[in-house]
Amino acid sequence: MTIMERITNPRFLRSALPLASFAVLLSLIFYVQPRAMSYFGLNLMLQYAVPIALATIAQMFILTVNDLDLSIGAFVGLTASIGATLLADNPVVGVCALAACVAAYGAIGALIHWRNLPSIVVTLGMSFVWLGIAVIILPTPGGTSPAWIKAIMGLKVPYIPFPIIAAAVIAIVVQVLLMHTSYGATLRGAGGNPRAIERAGWSLLKIKIVMYSAAGFFGVLSGLSLIGLTSAADAHIADRYTLYSIAGVILGGGEFVGGRVSPVGAVIGALTLTLTGSFLIFLKISPDWQIGAQGAILIVVLALRALIKRREG
Amino acid sequence: MEIHGAAINEKYSVAVANSRGIRCVFQELSLCPNLTVAENAQIIHPSLKGFGWRKRADALIKAKLDEIFPGHGIDGDDLVGDLSIGKRQMVEIARAFTVTAQSLHLVILDEPTSSLDVVTAGQLLAYIRKSVEGGTSCILISHVLGEILDYADRIVVMKDGRVVAERAASEFDRDSLVAAMGNVVKEARIEAHEQRERERGTTPVVVSAVPEKQTDGRALVAHKGEIIGLAGLASHGQTHTLLQVYQAAGKSDKRSRVEGPVALVAGDRQTDGVFHLWSIARNVGIRSIRSMVKFGLIDQEAEQRLADEWRERIKIKTPDMDNNILSLSGGNQQKALFARALGSDAEIVLMDDPMRGVDIGTKLEVYDLIRAESERGRTFLWYTTEMDELNNCDHTYVFRSGQIVAELSRNELTEEKVLQSSFEETA
Repeated sequence: MTIMERITNPRFLRSALPLASFAVLLSLIFYVQPRAMSYFGLNLMLQYAVPIALATIAQMFILTVNDLDLSIGAFVGLTASIGATLLADNPVVGVCALAACVAAYGAIGALIHWRNLPSIVVTLGMSFVWLGIAVIILPTPGGTSPAWIKAIMGLKVPYIPFPIIAAAVIAIVVQVLLMHTSYGATLRGAGGNPRAIERAGWSLLKIKIVMYSAAGFFGVLSGLSLIGLTSAADAHIADRYTLYSIAGVILGGGEFVGGRVSPVGAVIGALTLTLTGSFLIFLKISPDWQIGAQGAILIVVLALRALIKRREG
Repeated sequence: MEIHGAAINEKYSVAVANSRGIRCVFQELSLCPNLTVAENAQIIHPSLKGFGWRKRADALIKAKLDEIFPGHGIDGDDLVGDLSIGKRQMVEIARAFTVTAQSLHLVILDEPTSSLDVVTAGQLLAYIRKSVEGGTSCILISHVLGEILDYADRIVVMKDGRVVAERAASEFDRDSLVAAMGNVVKEARIEAHEQRERERGTTPVVVSAVPEKQTDGRALVAHKGEIIGLAGLASHGQTHTLLQVYQAAGKSDKRSRVEGPVALVAGDRQTDGVFHLWSIARNVGIRSIRSMVKFGLIDQEAEQRLADEWRERIKIKTPDMDNNILSLSGGNQQKALFARALGSDAEIVLMDDPMRGVDIGTKLEVYDLIRAESERGRTFLWYTTEMDELNNCDHTYVFRSGQIVAELSRNELTEEKVLQSSFEETA
């Protein structure tokens, strides 16, 4: 294969698209606001990328098995609330509560598989449950985040801003676990052709529980990293994360069905979404337009992907 | 059921079969399209894990592909979804013959050559003989008679879920095999309707369609008032041709000419036929709804009149046509679909094997209705997989691989001829 063939190969284009969109957006920002091109500037622009990337990874696990999670935003809000209250007051109780949250996520996965329920409906319902519990734990915005979480999230690394390192670590760890281990291949296969996986003797129930628990675990990490940045919590702190996470996975080259996902792409997708906010501020456009602009970027990227797909077909 | 002479004590499942060395190559592929070829090999070999599993899986599947299909051009890193259907089938077959922890005793191949070309099909059949000599058993399910006759040791003929013949392959030849497939115990047969002798071509042509895959330009022709049968094995282009006629209705395209309004009676009731949430009356009336509009709204009385008329004519068994369509039995739902087509202004009625799972009483009633309607000048195109139904047709076209391969007039029609044409191979 020559270099040119390699570059125009649809499979390569498909996997390069998320990185390309990120690079284009970043260069536009540097063009509009050259001062952003600094350690401090990048740190500021990308600081919220870590919780969003973690939530996006959580969503990606669910999308891998052809489900959709509409409760992840509320769930991150709940874990943030637990982190800023129970975990800060009494670490043992806090850890137990967070573990229970992960277990509950796994149980929801089991329920969805066992009763063959539509995940959208179940998770939409659960989003109100999570929000309700969060409001009970933390009726008004407040609480304090544990010092060690603040310390981790406020880490100063020389030369490369911390959010970029954190995002890279998340991306690589999940990439190895899901894309390179043999059980990871089986997990993805459950999204591609569940019947084939079942015929080969694997338990789909177990696969769903594993994927939902993994999503719950990353949801917890997302909530904790969020309060590490804000140092206080609010039940509604992460309401937007549900849509962010779905958009992030899709921007990163994932698909709604068929088990086609990319952890590295999803993290890059999350970074891209985070950057759009800063970009619009630099353009002096009101933050009210943020969601609309993010939607526009999503449409452009999806249109490009459709073009690549047509060439494949 | 016993495997290796031992009864199965645990609950039988695919996993149990696999652990006893039984594999199956399915017709609808059981590969995961989002995984690579090597990863798909891992799915059925859980023992491929730990460090370097990908390399081992890759080597395993590559070696088997090289052995069965030399020159296959498939890479272990290829995503299965990116491969052509033929190559996917090759991966599926090669995967079934790979061996890791458990030994392999029996491979069941369900129509394995259907998506392979002549060369690869030959490679596969040769490999099957070779592996049989090596001690592995194979069950080859195929509708290509040549494959069965040339490569099998023993032939079992099945029809309607029963074994109808079982002999050594050497005792069969082509004709006796076809005969064995046709000669079934005939029970609960619907008596053949009296033959209708009628000159073809006295009435104008209303449908003329060349199937999309037809290479020799042969067309399906229907004259006004005829009942035309579309025969052959299931899903060999009959439904496709009916839909082609349906789409061409009213406007002519290059391949088909259709004179007059068309209605379709769906075969797959639940997917293509009934509107699950609607009443019987609404389900019957939907095809005619345009003629029942008054001041831009549906004329409830007209709808009710149509529904009641057809309840009488076709004997839909319900206390109230306003009940939900799903309150009816399968046969009566099908009657409602017939009423929908026959109650409309359609001159041409397309039937997509509509009698599947319908009881005999209903069938006979509907046959009579179809004949009566054809006497009145309606034209029917009737795709059916049942021989008895073809006896109702004035003229029959036999389909194979999307093409018309034979046409039989009512006098020429015999089950053997239909089967012969359905199985004929291009030499």
